[in-house]
Amino acid sequence: MSVFVVAGTLLSLAACFLLLHLNRHVRKPGQTTGHSYDGIEEYDNPLPAWWYWSFVLTIIYALGYLAYYPGLGNFKGLGNWSQVSQLEKEQKLAEEKYGSIFSAYGAMPLDELAENSKAMKMGRRLYANNCSACHGATGTGSFGFPNLTDEEWMWGETNEDIVTTITHGRNAAMIAWKDILQPQGVVEVAEYVSRMAGQEVDEELASKGKAHYQTYCVVCHGANGKGQKSFGAPDLTNEVWLYGDSRLRIQDVISNGRNGVMPAFKNKLSGDKIHIMAAYVKSLRRDS
Amino acid sequence: MYEHPEYNYKVVRQFSIMTVVWGIVGMLVGIIIAAQLAWPELNPGLPWFHFGRLRPLHTNAVIFAFGGCSLMATSFYIVQRTCQVRLFSDGLAAFVFWGWQLVIVLAVITLPLGMTSSKEYAELEWPIDILLTVVWVAYGIVFFGTVARRKTQHIYVANWFFSAFIIAVAILHVFNSLAIPVTLTKSYSIYSGTVDAMVQWWYGHNAVGFFLTAGFLGIMYYFVPKQANRPLYSYRLSVVHFWSLIAIYVWAGPHHLHYSTLPDWIQSVGMVMSLVLLAPSWGGMINGIMTLAGAWDKLRTDPILKFLVVSLSFYGMATFEGPMLAIKSVNALSHFTDWTIGHVHSGALGWVAMVSIGAMYHMIPILFGRKQGEMYSKKLIDVHFWLSTVGTVLYIASMWVNGLMQGLMWRAVNTDGTLTYSFAESVEASYPGYVVRLIGGAMFFSGMLIMAYNVWKTAQLSSQSAAGEEVSA
Repeated sequence: MSVFVVAGTLLSLAACFLLLHLNRHVRKPGQTTGHSYDGIEEYDNPLPAWWYWSFVLTIIYALGYLAYYPGLGNFKGLGNWSQVSQLEKEQKLAEEKYGSIFSAYGAMPLDELAENSKAMKMGRRLYANNCSACHGATGTGSFGFPNLTDEEWMWGETNEDIVTTITHGRNAAMIAWKDILQPQGVVEVAEYVSRMAGQEVDEELASKGKAHYQTYCVVCHGANGKGQKSFGAPDLTNEVWLYGDSRLRIQDVISNGRNGVMPAFKNKLSGDKIHIMAAYVKSLRRDS
Repeated sequence: MYEHPEYNYKVVRQFSIMTVVWGIVGMLVGIIIAAQLAWPELNPGLPWFHFGRLRPLHTNAVIFAFGGCSLMATSFYIVQRTCQVRLFSDGLAAFVFWGWQLVIVLAVITLPLGMTSSKEYAELEWPIDILLTVVWVAYGIVFFGTVARRKTQHIYVANWFFSAFIIAVAILHVFNSLAIPVTLTKSYSIYSGTVDAMVQWWYGHNAVGFFLTAGFLGIMYYFVPKQANRPLYSYRLSVVHFWSLIAIYVWAGPHHLHYSTLPDWIQSVGMVMSLVLLAPSWGGMINGIMTLAGAWDKLRTDPILKFLVVSLSFYGMATFEGPMLAIKSVNALSHFTDWTIGHVHSGALGWVAMVSIGAMYHMIPILFGRKQGEMYSKKLIDVHFWLSTVGTVLYIASMWVNGLMQGLMWRAVNTDGTLTYSFAESVEASYPGYVVRLIGGAMFFSGMLIMAYNVWKTAQLSSQSAAGEEVSA
């Protein structure tokens, strides 16, 4: 396949040159060709010289470029350039230039780092470009995206937990229960869960919901509804509701399940940068 | 209604009127989505009124409805007059007109409803794609059938460009749209991954090359010498730039996929071929503008000629800008920014729309049985000209500013190497440009309304004089 493309490329350029060359001279400059179409005549003027030469120049440039850069199938080009090598070169340069700025903080404990105003300025920039799109400019989150300034930490709040979350990402999957619980069961469980959170509920429905809860939900969210940080099952007894606290919202989550994803940053940011970012996330909570 | 003794003017007239109508509709949708970008509150939670649904409606309406009707009107007009023979088949020509309108109406219904193949500029779902193919083949039969029966010995250059446009668009449309239908309103492309991207931009760029460039050069090659009443500058130049344009354009698509998963060497081919494309593109501009040599004084008094000459200037600008944007290092700055939108509109408003409008003002009085130059109001043509020109300049200048600013903001780094600005900050900084763009677009649109009034009044004058003739007879 690539042979055809290479041949086509070179033949097109050669054909253009030939076309230019063969049409260099005209017979009757300044006179018309003698044809007339609906009253339109045509002069037999030659190609403007500057146009002719700029065309030739671009063809020569094209051939030079295709010789130096990869441009003809498997031929790597005389310059041995590739977009991957350009990326690696630029990343290496950036690491040489900026790496030490971040590694200087690598050994500093997280809590100490969170008090360092210079490091936190860097942390804010890292946060703005990597985290703010989901968690908001001030870390307060939004529907489906956790608030980083409140007391609830779905995946744990120790320094190690936060670093792990940023480095490897998280996936909080809750399955859809509508086929198992049936619509009535969903309503009942939602009622019971709302009671756990301290809302006013229909006691009869809630007590029926409790039975379902103890069969299905207890595995992840625990008998007391306090959740399970090791796999991101949220605490159901406080006022933090990632997907809304109205009865309809809760029913929707139980019916259809949820699949919350936090992406991994290990391939995007160095360990030193993640270290500073984790400290910044901690500082968000402290400052709120 | 006026009937020419020899030529089929009915279908030309129908397409011309629909050019104005679809121009107004398509540009109105453009204004709505421009306003939605300036004020996001204008996405009021109605799915069919959302930017994501209306944007493809805008592009389809201006390219294929407005641009398509303009191309079909002018090509049917030019092929008859330069071949000195009536259209190959009146019935088939009527089928092309009504079929094309049906395709457009189906697009207007399905796109806001979210029925889409999700391929840019080729969003229509498979049943409409098939209808479009049938109509296009009929269009080709009418056009080439007419050329085959011509009474002139040679074929005029405008018809070469229309021929290339009709053949290339048929190939592009069929191969890009190949898909496996699932239901009546849903299909999946047979291509996937990087191959899909390459086929898409082979199509996308050649839609620009053959639909929006070659086709409209056909318009230029007839109406500029005709309106200026001057011979074409160089027959030789038209030969060389025609063949080189169609030979080189087909290679330029990969420049839409710089620094992507597309293999390096194909990106290189796309870039160098885009640069080589500069001279073939400019050949058309030189031929058009030099045709006016010796008739520059007419520009002062003839607003139709102004439309045609300014459209050539925007064409020259856009076809210079295109190769520059195709250079990898420039593209690294411009890609994903508003610069691209500005570039497209300097072609779409400045070139495609303005050359079409000029051609319509030339044709419409003739199509209604009046003499050339007898539009209802010349003054209103002049007002339309200034609204279009200033509107286009505002549009592209605001997008240049936005594009450069976005590109520079995205790559700005602090002393520690972190990015200076978040993406949201670049969006916030783009707001003034979005408002200026809306103003420019609204000016261009208001010119189209003036045009509609002028065409309406011209048609009225024509029917009055026809009635007068009947009475006196």
